[in-house]
Amino acid sequence: MIEVVNLTKRYAGHRAVNGLTFRVAPGEIVGLLGPNGAGKTTIMRILSCYMPATSGTARVAGFDVFTEADEVRRHIGYMPEHNPLHREMRVRDYLKFRARLKGLGHGRSRERVDTVLEQCGLADVSKRVIGQLSKGYQQRVGLADALSHEPELIILDEPTAGLDPNQIRAVRQLIKDLAGKHTVLLSTHILPEVEVTCSRVLILHEGRVLADDTPRNLEKLMSKSGRVVTEIAAPLHELEDVFEHAVEIDSFDLSPAEGDYIRCSLTARPGLDVREQIFRMTRDRDWKLRELTRSAHSLEDIFVRITRPNQEDEV
Amino acid sequence: MRVWLTLVRRELAGYFVSWTGYTVIAAVAFLFGLSFYILLNQLNLSESDQPLTEMFYDSLSFFMWMILLLASPLITMRTFAHEKFTGTFETLMTTPVSDLQVVLAKFFGSFFFYLVLWSPLVGCLFIVRHFSNDPTAIDPGTLGSTLLGIGLLGALYMALGCFASSLTRSQIIAAMIALVLGVSLYLLSFLSYAMAGQTGWMMKIFNHVSLVEQMRDFARGVVDIRPVVLYLSLTVLFLFLTLKSVQSRRWK
Repeated sequence: MIEVVNLTKRYAGHRAVNGLTFRVAPGEIVGLLGPNGAGKTTIMRILSCYMPATSGTARVAGFDVFTEADEVRRHIGYMPEHNPLHREMRVRDYLKFRARLKGLGHGRSRERVDTVLEQCGLADVSKRVIGQLSKGYQQRVGLADALSHEPELIILDEPTAGLDPNQIRAVRQLIKDLAGKHTVLLSTHILPEVEVTCSRVLILHEGRVLADDTPRNLEKLMSKSGRVVTEIAAPLHELEDVFEHAVEIDSFDLSPAEGDYIRCSLTARPGLDVREQIFRMTRDRDWKLRELTRSAHSLEDIFVRITRPNQEDEV
Repeated sequence: MRVWLTLVRRELAGYFVSWTGYTVIAAVAFLFGLSFYILLNQLNLSESDQPLTEMFYDSLSFFMWMILLLASPLITMRTFAHEKFTGTFETLMTTPVSDLQVVLAKFFGSFFFYLVLWSPLVGCLFIVRHFSNDPTAIDPGTLGSTLLGIGLLGALYMALGCFASSLTRSQIIAAMIALVLGVSLYLLSFLSYAMAGQTGWMMKIFNHVSLVEQMRDFARGVVDIRPVVLYLSLTVLFLFLTLKSVQSRRWK
């Protein structure tokens, strides 16, 4: 659906996108993840034909974004960052206007507007003025607009920015419901979002792809050097002694917890799982054990590690 | 074409769903009322063999130009600047609409609004004719040429304003640029007055760009093809510059 080869965009002085290459297959939900300034918005603006790239090619649905811009625009629904809307218009009028702009006929646009109003849960507010709606509803209006001409590809730039948790959940559900019927490319710097919604993640940093995989694989990649948290009731100095002599444990951190327990955060040597060993140790010494978990590395860790490679991860 | 009409309708509607349109219309209607009152007073004082439109222009050219110079930046300032400011420009430009269609829609949207703004003038003149009991006070020819002049000048000032608006994200800056360009164009007329009596190529040029004198001709019922060509070509020039300014995001 999307084919980007060696894409570069230079602004005066710096490169926002730097020799980027990636593909997106039809039906995928792909998340572009990266810190602010990683080039997410620039990529989306190029793909939506708002501005051209400095060099390289990008094709959407088989059409070149530079030479066949009109065809490309017919095949994509784009919701820019901050979801700009004509705030003084009514929801239905706005969607109708947008559908007409996208070349839908009179009857067809009415039909489509009715469909997307239903699909995005806007039927009740269709006569309200957009500016008076809550942000969550406004976001749905933006989404409904992106969907109105049944595009094959939907590009969403930070679709959940500025929403409250309930609204975020609703918008994410809407995006998930699009899977299968549409290809979705969304950008975000919020990690749980990609974990929840996307089937693939591209991590961007300074205009390059640093990682390209499913969220689950990326997590696996990271969990090899797992961290274990455990709470044990034992004398402090004995615990220190044991951990210091265990060769499998790289570093540890002890802090008193409720009751007699001591909370231990252990970092094992890469590739090792020390949980069994700890259980055996407490059983042998007759210490009480009330928690033993391996903290799964969230995407957050991956993100921090990948985008700030020279700093030791402080987790 | 269908898309273009949708855009024009949206542009026009934009004036009427916010307060901008009504405020400008109210202000201009007030100025018309004042000038109409003065015109009636003059008619009561003395007889005149001038066409009513020329009288209107002659004694009240101050009003006419003030309305044109002040109202046009207010009409056009929002066209591009507002959309750029709110970001809707991006959603607009990512639909299958060409840059030219957008520029022409913005231009014609503001131009139609400008025409709406002037419609009370026609009403005023007809009222005068009705009460003067003289059907020749307004003949269709002079009225037509006056309106043609107003229309052409309007087209030029709207194109100029759209260009100013396409340069910036701020409506205030857009209005200021449009005002300065518009007033400069208007002041060129006074150069020809200042240099009256001189001969030479400079004088010739300034005589050709004397908007005030040209508009007086229109009001008198004289349609000279030279100012028509001048206004139309300047309008096209500014629309072309607007188009280039809109396209500039591609190579910036």
